[in-house]
Amino acid sequence: MAEPRFAVGDRVRALPVDPPHHTRVPRYARGQVGEVVEVQGAWPLADDRARGFGSPRVEAVYTVRFPAGALWGAAEEHWVQVELWESYLEGAT
Amino acid sequence: MSGQHASSQTAARVRRLEERLIDAGLTSDDELDGIIGRLLSGASPANGARVVARAWIDPAYRERLLADANAALEELGLSMSTGPQPQRFTVVPNTPDTHNVLVCTLCSCYPIALLGPSPSWYKSEAYRSRVVREPRAVLAEFGLELPAGTGIVVHDTSAESRHMVLPMRPAGTDGLAEDALAALVTREGLIGTAAV
Repeated sequence: MAEPRFAVGDRVRALPVDPPHHTRVPRYARGQVGEVVEVQGAWPLADDRARGFGSPRVEAVYTVRFPAGALWGAAEEHWVQVELWESYLEGAT
Repeated sequence: MSGQHASSQTAARVRRLEERLIDAGLTSDDELDGIIGRLLSGASPANGARVVARAWIDPAYRERLLADANAALEELGLSMSTGPQPQRFTVVPNTPDTHNVLVCTLCSCYPIALLGPSPSWYKSEAYRSRVVREPRAVLAEFGLELPAGTGIVVHDTSAESRHMVLPMRPAGTDGLAEDALAALVTREGLIGTAAV
């Protein structure tokens, strides 16, 4: 597997995808920007496994922290941490 | 509709699915029984409580637990490798500044080996959809009123890790032995919907 593309502290955007198959990007996180707080290591991509691919892509999984105010409205002040495979993410500023 | 009725419908659907998989030669009843038996034998929130009590009395163990929870479990004879595949395990500590709470918004992922089978509310759409959005209100409904200054982190278990909350040790428990401390810890405390 390639080196993880992102590191702790990087800002990332969850891609605004809506694939016709199983995926593990919660809808509320799609298109949202968060910060990588942990690199979990590499795991087979759930989307590929769910589609029965014999050799699923193996990718870094990141714990990404999103501010609830961005997800749900400014009144909410908590954090939501989501665990996302690398191909769900792009770099953000 | 009663819960009993819903659960027997689900059981029938699961059985039909198992039969299809067995007919296709992908698995067998023996294999499925073996996986479920290994997963559930000894799976109990008493395991999580033991880990918490040890972390409360042994600061060095707490440090190892937060750094590499899978390895720290092995020290107590516990494991996250009883299911169909080993799972990465992390422990998230509550502090006066930060309270942690667990959810799986996509389905019902849960550290069964450490906490036993999950409570039905953990799998409910109400809990899964609300706790990510308004955790302070949801926790209050569980009877947990957090101080206004305590921030909340909601952990959505969306990949291959499983988590457990490390509650803060209650005040006034200095004289208690490890077993007595473990008896204070509840399943809800390990999920984050109770203080301990």
